[in-house]
Amino acid sequence: MSKVPALNIDTISFSYGKKATLKNLSFKLERGNFAVLLGENGAGKTTLFSLITRLYTPHAGSIQIYGYDVNLQSTEALKRLGVVFQQRTLDMDLTVWQNLMYFTSLHGMLRTQAKQRVIKELELFGLSEHSNEKVRKLSGGQIRRVEIARSLLHQPQLMMLDEPTAGLDFSSRLRINEHIRKLCKEEGLALLWATHLIDELELTDQVLILHHGQLIASGEVKTLIEQTGTENIQEAYQKLIGINDERKPL
Amino acid sequence: MNIINYLRCFIGIIQREALRFLQQQGRFFAALVRPLVWLFIFAAGFRSILGVSIIPPYETYVLYEVYITPGLLGMIQLFNGMQTSLSMVYDREMGSMKTLLISPLPRWFLLTSKLCAGVLISIFQSFVYLFIAWFWEVEAPFYGYLALVPALCLSGLMLGSLGLFISSVIKQLENFAGVMNFVIFPMFFASSALYPLWRIKESSLLLYNIVTWNPFTHAVELIRFALYAQVNYYSLIYVSISCVVFLSLAIWGYDPSRGSLARIKGN
Repeated sequence: MSKVPALNIDTISFSYGKKATLKNLSFKLERGNFAVLLGENGAGKTTLFSLITRLYTPHAGSIQIYGYDVNLQSTEALKRLGVVFQQRTLDMDLTVWQNLMYFTSLHGMLRTQAKQRVIKELELFGLSEHSNEKVRKLSGGQIRRVEIARSLLHQPQLMMLDEPTAGLDFSSRLRINEHIRKLCKEEGLALLWATHLIDELELTDQVLILHHGQLIASGEVKTLIEQTGTENIQEAYQKLIGINDERKPL
Repeated sequence: MNIINYLRCFIGIIQREALRFLQQQGRFFAALVRPLVWLFIFAAGFRSILGVSIIPPYETYVLYEVYITPGLLGMIQLFNGMQTSLSMVYDREMGSMKTLLISPLPRWFLLTSKLCAGVLISIFQSFVYLFIAWFWEVEAPFYGYLALVPALCLSGLMLGSLGLFISSVIKQLENFAGVMNFVIFPMFFASSALYPLWRIKESSLLLYNIVTWNPFTHAVELIRFALYAQVNYYSLIYVSISCVVFLSLAIWGYDPSRGSLARIKGN
């Protein structure tokens, strides 16, 4: 069981109508890994997240979370998964506490245990004082922290964050980035972080580059820099995208 | 996942819908004012024009207000079912639908729980309406009020399932106006809610046939008989089958592999 990857994406394909969004995509994520999924807007990151969370079903291939097929053993697979979507998914008219308690009930968590977890996560994310405030009244950074806290309530073993820092100011981005990395180290979570903000990467991060629905490169940041003979990941990324992109830049 | 986990999830969904309902007081008053306007104004105006003969379950001539009350209870449930549909589309656009759909519990269970929450709210609204109508001399036997609860549950589930199915095929919130024109109004007016079936038959045989096929007619008749502690078995079977069909369609609609969600990019 220990050799089972946290996430196994096995040759999946998906299309919206006739437009292929993901083509024969495969990769694995081991437990404890911090992997960053890089890609331009429209590369297929959000679609990939929707497939892993079973919002859609792939047209070909399979997805396994800790050995459980997302479509065939969805209960076992999804209870190990924590997700923060790019789009805000909190109920803006409910309070922070109500939102978090609602989430615990969707995971079937018993009330006493749920209350303990909510209190703990609110403390960890510095949100205790906002517990009874409606989400609508919180700032963008606070809402993101609530969403991350919520995704951890059921103690998942695999976390997926889709552009969690998009639209946030620098200090909020930094705070969330640090917090997530700390969680990964301390809790041993496998983590998949989708972003197009390259400056959030560190040299030892695992990187997956998605371009036009295909995985065009993967490996540690420093390895990709070496392989492409560039100075930094920004240049390496641009080079990789350019090599595989037939279109001329504007 | 055992039965306690399922129960906790069910209660959580009910609580969330109840909280939203309490916060949307306008929705409660709108749901109540609509049938009351029909009762106070429409029924008062038409009571002298529309005579109602003695038809089951009535044992004597009844006031028009009494006749249309089951239809107005059906109206509350019909609008509530469509409100469920509207809120599902809204939740989908706002993103909060994802929170529900990524739960590890089976999707059919999540959707049915959401449906039950809507039905409970509609039953509450129905009894508030009946309480007000009681002052308007619209009364039913005590056991009728008790028998009404399961009838409202079943009819509410059927209409809510229809709403749920509609929400799975509606792409945008803006398309919802079409639901009013093509679902709510035809269902309500082409039914026995406002006029008895024999009167419709006298006017138009085609319309009569349409009305007898309309599931809303049978929901109204089920409620009408229940209000007098009786069972209209034909309507009971018709509503039950319709409920299973609509619920199956709704679950199919939200199935990630076959339904329409995948066609609605951005969910």
